[in-house]
Amino acid sequence: MPFRLELTGITKSFPGVRANDSVSFAVKPGEIHALLGENGAGKSTLVKMIYGIMQPDAGEIAWNGQVVTIANPKAARKLGIGMVFQHFSLFEALTVLENIALGMDGKIPARELEARIREVMNTYGLLLDPHRTVATLSVGERQRIEIVRALLLDPKLLIMDEPTSVLTPQEVEQLFDVLRKLAAQGCSILYISHKLHEIKALCDTATILRGGKLVDTCDPKQETSRSMAEKMIGAGLKDIVRQPGRSMGLPKLVVSRLSTKKTGHFDVPVDDVSFTVRAGEIFGIAGVAGNGQNALLDALSGEILGHDKDAVTIDGYPLGLLDTTGRRKRGLCAVPEERNGHAAIGDFTLSDNSVLTARDRLGMVMLGLINSGAAKTYTGKVIADFAVKALGPGSTAGSLSGGNLQKYIMGREILQKPSVLVVSQPTWGVDAGAAAAIHQALVDLAAAGSAIVVISQDLDELLALCDTLAVINLGHLSDAQPVGEVSVEEIGLLMGGVHGTTEADDAIPA
Amino acid sequence: MDITIAIIVTLVGAATPILIAALGELVVEKSGVLNLGVEGMMLVGAIAGFAGQFYTGNPYFALLCGAFAGAAASLIFGFLTLSLSANQTATGLALTIFGTGFSALAGAPFSAKPVQLMRPLFPAELATHPVWRVLFGYSFPVYFSFFMVVAIWWFLHRTRSGLILRAVGENDLSAHSIGYSVKGVRYAAVMFGGAMAGIGGACFPLLLTPQWAERMTAGRGWIAVALVVFASWKPFRLLAGAYLFGLVMTMELYAKAGGGPLSVIPSELWAALPYLATIIVLVLISIRRDATSNAPACLGKPFLPSN
Amino acid sequence: MQFRLEKRPEPSRLMLYVTPIAAVLLTMVIGAIIFSLIGYDGIGAVREIFLTPLTNAYKWQDLGVKAAPLIIIGVGLSVAYRANVWNIGAEGQYIIGGLAGTWVALATYGMTGPWILPLMILAGVVGGMLYAAIPALLRTRLNVNEILTSLMLTYASVQLIYYLIRAPWKDPMGMGFPQTRLFSEAARLPNIIPGTIVHLGVPIAIVVALVAWFIMSRSVFGYQMRVVGAAPHAARYGGFSENKTIWLAMLVSGALAGLAGVLEVAGPFQRMVPGFPTNYGFTAIIVAFLGRLNPLGVIFAGIVMAITFVGGEVAQTTIGLPNAATGIFQAMVLFFLLAGDILVRYRLKRVVNQPAAGAA
Repeated sequence: MPFRLELTGITKSFPGVRANDSVSFAVKPGEIHALLGENGAGKSTLVKMIYGIMQPDAGEIAWNGQVVTIANPKAARKLGIGMVFQHFSLFEALTVLENIALGMDGKIPARELEARIREVMNTYGLLLDPHRTVATLSVGERQRIEIVRALLLDPKLLIMDEPTSVLTPQEVEQLFDVLRKLAAQGCSILYISHKLHEIKALCDTATILRGGKLVDTCDPKQETSRSMAEKMIGAGLKDIVRQPGRSMGLPKLVVSRLSTKKTGHFDVPVDDVSFTVRAGEIFGIAGVAGNGQNALLDALSGEILGHDKDAVTIDGYPLGLLDTTGRRKRGLCAVPEERNGHAAIGDFTLSDNSVLTARDRLGMVMLGLINSGAAKTYTGKVIADFAVKALGPGSTAGSLSGGNLQKYIMGREILQKPSVLVVSQPTWGVDAGAAAAIHQALVDLAAAGSAIVVISQDLDELLALCDTLAVINLGHLSDAQPVGEVSVEEIGLLMGGVHGTTEADDAIPA
Repeated sequence: MDITIAIIVTLVGAATPILIAALGELVVEKSGVLNLGVEGMMLVGAIAGFAGQFYTGNPYFALLCGAFAGAAASLIFGFLTLSLSANQTATGLALTIFGTGFSALAGAPFSAKPVQLMRPLFPAELATHPVWRVLFGYSFPVYFSFFMVVAIWWFLHRTRSGLILRAVGENDLSAHSIGYSVKGVRYAAVMFGGAMAGIGGACFPLLLTPQWAERMTAGRGWIAVALVVFASWKPFRLLAGAYLFGLVMTMELYAKAGGGPLSVIPSELWAALPYLATIIVLVLISIRRDATSNAPACLGKPFLPSN
Repeated sequence: MQFRLEKRPEPSRLMLYVTPIAAVLLTMVIGAIIFSLIGYDGIGAVREIFLTPLTNAYKWQDLGVKAAPLIIIGVGLSVAYRANVWNIGAEGQYIIGGLAGTWVALATYGMTGPWILPLMILAGVVGGMLYAAIPALLRTRLNVNEILTSLMLTYASVQLIYYLIRAPWKDPMGMGFPQTRLFSEAARLPNIIPGTIVHLGVPIAIVVALVAWFIMSRSVFGYQMRVVGAAPHAARYGGFSENKTIWLAMLVSGALAGLAGVLEVAGPFQRMVPGFPTNYGFTAIIVAFLGRLNPLGVIFAGIVMAITFVGGEVAQTTIGLPNAATGIFQAMVLFFLLAGDILVRYRLKRVVNQPAAGAA
């Protein structure tokens, strides 16, 4: 029996990068095949070529033994290739039914389509109301639309791009059941991820990419997580170095009954959040994307102005009514999740980006005029200390890679020696080397006596980095627990909104 | 009675060109493109329609001239904003400046040369009684505008092409990743909008003043843009908005004609009223909270796929 | 062989400054061709519109006088557009500035004293500012689009002129013409070069541009405008209020448009007439873009647009080109400039033997 999909010598270059360098592997019918690699290893580029979004510079793609050219996604779907994207290609203002209709190539009467949708939903246990507007659905429900849309085409190969990054552990289990059912019926699955335990649990074969090149094709059940991670990252894993005998000081950041208003259709406000971070402590906030993390960061940084001066205090000093500038002067710095357009301005030079948050703490302004020399000097120091790959302070932020920009942003805040630092997704989309450097810098800042809050969706990161952990769900924050005492199952349940009996007065309607 | 009928007839004439142009802009905006050049395209359509009527005397041909000229003008906008990703606001302004200059240049030879107004669509026997006149006394563009309100609603909400157009305006990157041609859809929408603006412009010499006057659309194109916001991108509300403005302009005409209680207020204030009314209407609509929630999510943003 | 657009790693500064010049040159070439095709003397039109005002020394004073209001308004608009505040009603603010100055001039008619002119200028600036405050208020309080409101106010302000000069401000000795009386000596802008029409507004325009350049490039105010325009979310993170920025941008652009208005009415016009709205407020939009929203660039762009105005009048008398041709040339400059913008961020690359990938 021929391979369902066979890639031979696939090569694709972009200006300055070779995203894929002569990659070859094959997927058997009914096989769940993992494509493993770090961010930037070339996984996404590779599947975009399989799905016809991009064309390879060299190499060939064979489908059921026949060499094919996949000119566009339509051609891919015609062959029987379906894809579920990491960032959903959904239309928020349209209904589930309309969204699915848009993904169908032929013209199918709405009534017939609805019947087929209900059939697929029932077969695989993917329940949804076809007439609901997507904007009202949770992230997990949105993913179901994407899967239903792909399954309606009766695919022979289903590509899943990082499908679990937005799901709770329980939702992940449900998804795996669906995928196993599909594979048993002969559909091949190309499963893209960098989460090793998932791949060990789900996949029959794993192809590992690093820097655009194929490193190995192996059986994940025969490998350890560590051996696969080393293949993926290349060098031996570097552990975070913690100063021995680090002790935590007095409460530094105290957040008390912090709430925000709902501003837009799609955002989740924070509701009555209280927690305390001591000097030297790293406080982690876990949670599935879209549960109020952005509102929490904005409410802490001062982008959302509060109306209670005691909702946020540092060393007892009330910050609740101050804006970002006022809070920064008092020692509270923050790094939001989105780098481009929020934490940094792509069109501005790095030097000008330093003026954005460091101007008052580091005396870059005199009589309303900007001292551009001081900004340049400070930026040079950030670049040097954090090993940012940039030509110099005059490079635009937009010209840096994601990882380097993140290192610059983290460096810009950390070198201001804030007494409280709040960061969201500090290593999102950053390669392992940069992530390790950022983690180390956070640990060092805590060791110097700062209080740090890390908001992240990456549970592994939080467990490795933090001293204390709490979970945010629908804008509510669970009780904080020392990292050593929590179990992943318990956190998973909290992330899914299921609370234990220990929860006292602020129980949440699920 | 007669005065009521006359007012209704004037009102319909004033509302029709705005309605036609605004319907075109509604479709353009639904596809995610903000073309602020409606005023310019209307002027280009007005001079093309005037010339068509002047040389052939066939008003249907003249409307067609207006449509083609408007579409051609919109193609400049489309090329700059869609193929070259130029700033839509600035390009729309440039198109209006261009349309104003072009129509003035092309219209110069026609000054003081009248044309024939377009005749009613239905035979005069049908419109003898005043009440029948209200229903059957208008020329083709009036009925065309009503037809297009329904047709555009039906297209947007009942056809697959309309669904694709809304999807492109809602999330261009997703539409692109599913495999739809964002540029193709937007080019088509922009040219449709241009043709409609051109027809709306051609209505000025064909329905209202049978003489060429520079800038004869007098800001009506901008009012059309404002009406689309006012209507929350819904065709039937656009119909209501256009007739509201028709009423304001009708009052202006009657005040200027003199007599009656309307003439107590200075005529300049009447002339300024449609513009002030536009502001008031925009304010009123924005007080409603969900006013802009119906706006296409990609409105005015350039389409920049990563590959 | 095909060309493909490829994203530059950094926006090209060279292209940023070359494209405006290229846009003017392209307009001359393409304009000559188009006007020839539609039956005019194309080459003659381009020569008269773009070159005669420069080669004929008698026209230089006209250039200065026409460029001054364009530069003053263009500087204000470049500040606003930097902040992504689309004030396109500068013409209306110019008109209100002129009317406010006229009001002071008429109220002080017959009086003398060096305080009259400064008072007029102050009134003009405040008038323009207040008129721009309306769209600012509506935008910040109710999120009403400032493009539409500022433009609608322009149409309304024209009617205000017509009303005032027809009724309350009408020149009693004007034989029924709708215009105000000629301002008294103390309310007229002095000439700075005897024997010419060059008035005090010309040096004021240069000073305004230089001051604005310094503020925009060196101060926190300028930084604030740039940040809010480039990335509003980042601006909030950096501690800059978007609403405050909208107010500042609107008031500065309105004040400068009002200044231009009062200088025009006190200088070249010396009375309020129906022909006072001269489209400077709209042409200044082109000036701001052509000057790359940089006050120094605006000086250059203001002179270029002044050339087309003066040249358009020349071409009208010498080769009978309709005045409207000027507007077409001005729009063409803006079209070519906007088309050339893509070269700032992308470069043309030759591709051989490639299936055409979606460009840009």
